[in-house]
Amino acid sequence: MAEPMGFFTDTSVCIGCKACETACKAWNQLPAKEGGHPPMSGDSYDNTVRLSGEDWRHVKFIEQFSEDRSAGRWLMMSDVCKHCVNAPCLEVCPTGAIIRTEFDTVVIQTDACNGCRLCITACPFGVIDVNPVSKTAEKCTLCYDRLQVGMQPACAQACPTASIQFGPIAQLKATATARLSQLQAQGEKQASLYGADDKMLGGLNSFYLLLDEPGVYGLPVDPKMPTRNLFWGSVSSVAAAVVLGVVGLFGFRERRAVDESDADA
Amino acid sequence: MKAMPMPDTFFTASPHWGWLIVFYFFIGGIAGAAFFLSALLHLFGRAADRPVVRTGYLVALSGVIVSAILLVVDLSRPLRFWHMLIQSNTGWPMFKAWSPMSVGSWAFALFGVFTALAALGAWAEIRAPASPLRRLANGLPGKAIAVLGGSSGVFVAGYTGVMLSVTNRPLWGDSSVLGGLFLSSAASGAAAVLVLATTWRGRRDATSLEWLQRVDRGALMLKGVLLVAVVVSLGAAAQVLVGIWGVALAAVLIGGVLVPLLMRRGRWSIPERPMMVASALLVLAGGFLLRVVVIFSSESVYVMGAGVHGP
Ligand code: SF4
Repeated sequence: MAEPMGFFTDTSVCIGCKACETACKAWNQLPAKEGGHPPMSGDSYDNTVRLSGEDWRHVKFIEQFSEDRSAGRWLMMSDVCKHCVNAPCLEVCPTGAIIRTEFDTVVIQTDACNGCRLCITACPFGVIDVNPVSKTAEKCTLCYDRLQVGMQPACAQACPTASIQFGPIAQLKATATARLSQLQAQGEKQASLYGADDKMLGGLNSFYLLLDEPGVYGLPVDPKMPTRNLFWGSVSSVAAAVVLGVVGLFGFRERRAVDESDADA
Repeated sequence: MKAMPMPDTFFTASPHWGWLIVFYFFIGGIAGAAFFLSALLHLFGRAADRPVVRTGYLVALSGVIVSAILLVVDLSRPLRFWHMLIQSNTGWPMFKAWSPMSVGSWAFALFGVFTALAALGAWAEIRAPASPLRRLANGLPGKAIAVLGGSSGVFVAGYTGVMLSVTNRPLWGDSSVLGGLFLSSAASGAAAVLVLATTWRGRRDATSLEWLQRVDRGALMLKGVLLVAVVVSLGAAAQVLVGIWGVALAAVLIGGVLVPLLMRRGRWSIPERPMMVASALLVLAGGFLLRVVVIFSSESVYVMGAGVHGP
């Protein structure tokens, strides 16, 4: 297996240019939305709105301004699949279409997917959706095709500010830690790394440097594996089945008792 | 919604499971539970229960056929439905014990086979009593089919709720009691269908009806308890039920559980049969509405940009 590869996205230098979105759509030949005329969302500069089968990169815009707009800042973040080490989507996929590659990334094989859409419910980050052309679940592949020939992913190559950095995970983590201390030394006390250690789903191979709480960026605080509910979910079903069986069997006994008392009378 | 803590499940995306899945959850659940109840009557009941047993097996078969169509049509690539059972690249069986949809696909397929055999036996029992197919209804083969079909039927009726719990979606992933709730609801629905089928044909299967009523009462009580348990287990995610969906869920509890239970008490001046029919219809409506609420209340939460919206 090759070394685990991934993204480190430093949101503090993102300028919201959407070069990553464009490069991704171009390289991966993703279809245009709404016949090329997507409606304006009215939500800041964001008309992509969310990750989907047609958009595997999505730049989020968060406007933090005071009431009179005398103070404020923009937060921007290029969202993408987190290539979780323990990937919920891969865990539940009933066709085996979702695989882990030699680069420790998570890829959906389009020709195996039958579009049941269970992976969409499992991903804690709302990453996956159906691509209307292939009619299968799709998301970022971390440019698996480019990685196989030694190229870097299209978005990382296009990013003009190195907000998106691609490389071996170990190296990216060192870069991220250094950048975090630098920012904190400059007074950015709220800066933090998201998914850089192995506490979150075993680690996110696409992790972030954030300048505010995860919730502000539309990220869950403590994403979990869906199978956390498997044990008690099964227990609740089995217990209900046992209760129903017992009710049924007692029903026979009561019926017999009623019949016998009828016969006596 | 801003004031309350935002549950992590609210940041996820919609799988677009809509009406087809609502109908599958409802019909598939009734099919599984109808077989289960009929199997109990088959194994532990009397000769007088046979008509209801046969009805139950036929109800299960019809439900399985409709469910299979719903499930395949709901896939975005319907012709690849078999990828659930066979690995498309190796030809080996596809099975993940920890993925309820994977296990459920196998249970559903097996259930389909046993249902077809049981229905064939039921048909032979009436139409071709001399044929060897009759052994599918009576004797050891019939008993084996009842046991295997009953177990897979109960699985089919319950796994759908577990499958919803094993996700990260609002409401679904926030409770692990949905499996029990769906199963008890399916059992009461199946009893209601059997009561309706029996009374509608004007049969005098009073003894079977009496048992069905008892089972229905138990299943409804369980459903009521589990419904409350689900809501309690939601914690902060219960905010999806603020508003119309909460009202609808209350309607399920009152109209689909409590009122039908009260109608059973027998101290009403209304004749028994109409009362039984009305109560069965209420139970079915409640069971259907329950699936609608569970699916669509979760769908009402959506992410746009960096923010969570709805319900
Ligand atoms: S972020 Fe979502 S789609 Fe990406 S690997 Fe994790 S669970 Fe799968």
